[in-house]
Amino acid sequence: MSSARTEFFGGVRAELPLLLGVVPFGLIFGVLGLAAGLPGWAVVLSSSLVFGGSSQIVFAQLFGGGAPAPVIVTTVGVVNLRHALYSAAVATYLKALPWRWKLLLAYLLTDEAFAAAIGRLREGPATPARHWFLFGTGFTLWAGWQLSTLAGVLLGVAIPAGWSLDFSVALTFIALLVLGVHRRSDAWAALAAAATALLSLGLPHKLGLLLAAAVGVAVGLLLRRFDKVAA
Amino acid sequence: MSTGSLLLTMAACGLVTFLIRLSFIAGGRYLPSGPAFSLFLRYVPPAVLGALIAPEIFPNGVELAALPGNPRWWAMVVALGVAALSRSVLATIAAGMLALWLVQAWLV
Repeated sequence: MSSARTEFFGGVRAELPLLLGVVPFGLIFGVLGLAAGLPGWAVVLSSSLVFGGSSQIVFAQLFGGGAPAPVIVTTVGVVNLRHALYSAAVATYLKALPWRWKLLLAYLLTDEAFAAAIGRLREGPATPARHWFLFGTGFTLWAGWQLSTLAGVLLGVAIPAGWSLDFSVALTFIALLVLGVHRRSDAWAALAAAATALLSLGLPHKLGLLLAAAVGVAVGLLLRRFDKVAA
Repeated sequence: MSTGSLLLTMAACGLVTFLIRLSFIAGGRYLPSGPAFSLFLRYVPPAVLGALIAPEIFPNGVELAALPGNPRWWAMVVALGVAALSRSVLATIAAGMLALWLVQAWLV
């Protein structure tokens, strides 16, 4: 039992530095959700129901733009599709666990929780309590995200619209994009998607977003073979 | 959208997200895997982000002549540079907002 506790608090400690980036993001999301036209309760509720920062911002944005429900749900799914990679990466280490653990850890499996725990899972000792480490990172992130969203909603009421704070969403995406681009083909995928999104602005129901994502992925896959020459 | 359908849409988004995260943990055997699948997933984040960013900078499409007068364009250029140099989300947001406010004040 004490090794479970050690693992859990090890996870909490590994996650704490990441909260430095997550808490301001939660604050911004709280403010922005309101600015996009979501009621305060919906902004707070989305943090526990969806629990995925960028996808929640996309949700608020599409809702504010009047997109229909099927488009919103599909887009949120596409934005969170990368989590399937995390799921595949941690699956080996959770194989022997009972279902309640699998369900709980799947719910908590976000970018930051995964990033802080995968090193311990891959390289640390294969003890029967090691999933508590992932629970520690996931729970810490979850708590930080809920509290910062709530604080953002309370703050958002006080921030004037003239500050163009909605632009910080685009800036968040720009930062995530730059941090995630490691090869030329990544950059080309983003550029192709951006160009397609602009050319298809006239499509109804924000469908251009999904079309652009598909074109971006296709261009990235096509140009991948040139990466090695460049590197 | 009514309160009920907002709630339903959000619940559906939560369910889809949860199922994606559960996918391989629950039953990796039955899912596509291998290098081709991870390659496909690799390009999803940059493509989605590019598609999300562009309309925020150019809500009415691109017109080259209008570029110098678009404060969001300048803020994006600054944000790209700061993100590449600092590798920090916070620094990027701070620099981009500052650039946006400065250019807006300059242009008015």
